[in-house]
Amino acid sequence: MKGRGLHVYALCYLLFLYAPILLLPIFAFNNGTVISFPLKGFTTQWFVQAFENATLRRAVMNSLIIAVSSSVFATCLGIFAARASTRFEFPGKGPMMGLIMLPLVLPEIIVSISLLVVLLSMGITLNIFTVIIGHTLICMPYATVILTTAFNSLDRSLEEAAYDLGETKWSAFRLVILPLVMPGVISSLLMSFTISLDEFIIAFFLAGNEPTLPTYIFSQLRFPKQTPTIMALGTVLVVMSIILLTFAEYFRRRGNARTGANNTGGFL
Amino acid sequence: MASGNRSQAVQGYSLIAPPFGYALLVLMAPLLTILAYSFFKDGYLTIIREFTLENYVAVWGDPIFHKIMLRSLGVAALVTLVTVGLAFPVAYFLSFAVSPQRKGMWLFLITIPFWTSYLVRVFLWKVILGYNGVINSGLKSLGIIEEPLTFILYNVNSIVITLAHAYAPFAILPIFIALEKIDRSLLEAGRDLGESRAMTFWRVTLPLAMPGVVAASLIVFIPTIGDYVTPTLIGGGKIPMIANMIQAQMLDLDNRPMGSALAVTAMLIVAILSLIFVALNRRFLKVRQ
Amino acid sequence: MTPSRYDRLEAAKPMIECREVHKYYGDYHALRGIDLTIRAGEFFSLLGPSGCGKTTLLRTIAGFEDITSGVVLIDNKDMAGVAANHRPTNMVFQSYAIFPHLTVAENVGFGLRRDPRSRAEKAAAVEEALAMVGLKGYGARASHALSGGQRQRVALARALILKPKVLLLDEPLSALDRKMREQMQVELIKLQRQVGITFVLVTHDQEEALVMSDRIAVMFEGQIAQLDGPEALYARPASRRVADFIGVMNFLPTRIIGDTPNGVEVDLPGFGRVEIPAANISRANPDDEGPTVGFRPEAVSIVSTGAPTQSRVTEGTIDEVVYYGDMTYYDVRLDGSDGFGAKVRPIRIAMRNVFGREVQEVGARANVSWSPGSLVLFR
Repeated sequence: MKGRGLHVYALCYLLFLYAPILLLPIFAFNNGTVISFPLKGFTTQWFVQAFENATLRRAVMNSLIIAVSSSVFATCLGIFAARASTRFEFPGKGPMMGLIMLPLVLPEIIVSISLLVVLLSMGITLNIFTVIIGHTLICMPYATVILTTAFNSLDRSLEEAAYDLGETKWSAFRLVILPLVMPGVISSLLMSFTISLDEFIIAFFLAGNEPTLPTYIFSQLRFPKQTPTIMALGTVLVVMSIILLTFAEYFRRRGNARTGANNTGGFL
Repeated sequence: MASGNRSQAVQGYSLIAPPFGYALLVLMAPLLTILAYSFFKDGYLTIIREFTLENYVAVWGDPIFHKIMLRSLGVAALVTLVTVGLAFPVAYFLSFAVSPQRKGMWLFLITIPFWTSYLVRVFLWKVILGYNGVINSGLKSLGIIEEPLTFILYNVNSIVITLAHAYAPFAILPIFIALEKIDRSLLEAGRDLGESRAMTFWRVTLPLAMPGVVAASLIVFIPTIGDYVTPTLIGGGKIPMIANMIQAQMLDLDNRPMGSALAVTAMLIVAILSLIFVALNRRFLKVRQ
Repeated sequence: MTPSRYDRLEAAKPMIECREVHKYYGDYHALRGIDLTIRAGEFFSLLGPSGCGKTTLLRTIAGFEDITSGVVLIDNKDMAGVAANHRPTNMVFQSYAIFPHLTVAENVGFGLRRDPRSRAEKAAAVEEALAMVGLKGYGARASHALSGGQRQRVALARALILKPKVLLLDEPLSALDRKMREQMQVELIKLQRQVGITFVLVTHDQEEALVMSDRIAVMFEGQIAQLDGPEALYARPASRRVADFIGVMNFLPTRIIGDTPNGVEVDLPGFGRVEIPAANISRANPDDEGPTVGFRPEAVSIVSTGAPTQSRVTEGTIDEVVYYGDMTYYDVRLDGSDGFGAKVRPIRIAMRNVFGREVQEVGARANVSWSPGSLVLFR
């Protein structure tokens, strides 16, 4: 009885979580400029309109460049951090890892404003590179977490065995460790890509005059007649995120299955 | 693979150096700069490098700051209460009622919305809750209401709903993890010793889940205080929170020392409140045990 | 006549030599002056409780751990500065460390990557190594689908294919169930005889060490307490601690009467005056509980009254009977064993249950037969 009540509650909760996202496609394909019921009929004009917009295309391009670069940088840095924290003991490890993980709990407004102030006072022009710097910073903790679980589930003697069988430290890493943490690496790349693609605040403050997808959307929010286009864009963005996340989760699980680690818990 | 303590440490340091150096350069240095700025004087368009407490005096004496800070704290507290309150039963359900094979699936479903564009989600709530929004137009077309409901947009309620939605998975996961750690035989022991189901929950499950609840509360409380997008979009700019105030000082008014003092003060207040919260709970938990 | 295995090993050249090896982890003194020679072709075991330094010593030989001071020679070459990947040793890890992303054949052939031989020759070598460990035809299998025993065999084949001078085995059987463990013990012995490589085994299981080894080094707290063949180790432990670690031993307090030409004469309550042979006297008695005589439960036996025996006989009363199926354990309180004012515990006697011999009952009188040669004196 009690279990069923909870079950119903949990389903309602899921509905609450998904309600906004489910509305996206409904109004993205609705033939009306105002987002309200009743619906006016099916159309794909908002998608067409969106992709005919030159600024938007530029924003998409920028976002992709930023997301790819920051996910690669963050994952590389994450590999170093995860390897250091899982394999070696040294004084000050806790605080050092703490600083690396700090962006996870610091409000983005603090991160972005302080970085902005420093960049401006150094006379650096804001463009997509400054966004990449910021995104790499906030993606790094997520990459580190994912990669730490990947490295942690590795038996340390695997690496020693490779070394014992005549490989060097580097070739042991390349032949044994890297293939085994590869699912974690891919998962980390996809996660970081998604985070960067969706990130607004840092892009808003650090992009200068360059649009990114979220800042473009933000700039259009003021114009009510743009709302359906934004719904269309949002649909694309959300669908992309979900696909990427599903892949990331798939790789994370495959990695766990491979190394025989048990599998509970999501990304956090 | 020589693993003397020293070579362990050397290898560890050389590995952690790139990410740590990056965090030092891109995070720590800017934070310290802000801290330094907060003690400088603002000349028009320049900064006078001269130690002063003026900024802090001004910030602490500013009634607008008091109002906005209190509002931010109030909103964050309310959001935390609502989010954690709504999340606890879900975490409990996940941990106790869902079969182990399906837990991963549920967790995945719960975390997915969190990873979709925050901006888009916030905007959607605006669309849903708006004067001519989904709820109002839906209810009107169903003939339930004549006039649009106005209590749901451009006020604190709508900010709370939006933020509670945004931070839901943050609240569920720590509680879920704490519940998962509870040895199930303890609960059986509780029942076995003659406690009712409700009393077992109250005397065994809840105290053991408290660390998760504390973690969940902090994890929701801290970022919501600093949220920028929601008050901007949902509040319609009429109910600014502390992030908007910092942004205005720093960029719109270009008063960096003042903005820095604001940011530092806000971070200090949040840090102190968090520490008090953790300390109180530790006390509370010890008494219970 | 071909010389016995023992004689051949006795004459073999040293393969591993440790001289005054010390190892510190920070302040922790893990190895405290290890002096050890392991001969070529020997099956050698390092035995001890967890934390005694046996695994550290093995990893030191393998090159995974630096030593703080001392010398390690393998085949007469100083190993200082020689990393694990350049040592003529290979290791079978406790977890087996089978690479989960590679097939069985790829695992076994892993170490041949830098081998100049052709692909076909290498494949043949892998097949041969697999056949040697009884896994012929398993090459294409995915390694994560293997059972514990099969993983162990893959680990063995992977190490042996490189023809190392020394094979190091770190608790290789501890993950297996009892039946499998006993089977693998026999197989390991056979394999070692077949390949003739020096095996160094680390184990905490005294039975395993006794079954498999030519010689055993018993280690406590980073030091070697005794280095001997299995029989000597069992029959003449060098200290009470070694005796206690390897099997069960009765300990009785005693009083030394004096030295004799062939040993030491003692007064042993319940046994009377006994001359312990010089070979059975151990001066290592760090427990400092006064002189003690020890003997194994199966070194004495209960004989029927009046039966002719060449051993000496003492009488007592059966205090407790524990029946084990193949064996029966009796606790016997010997007459006159309350010597030195202290109440002495009953002695434990192990008797094999053979057809026609009845299991005795509690309270029955018993004639205990023994000989001085089976007693060990710790003074």
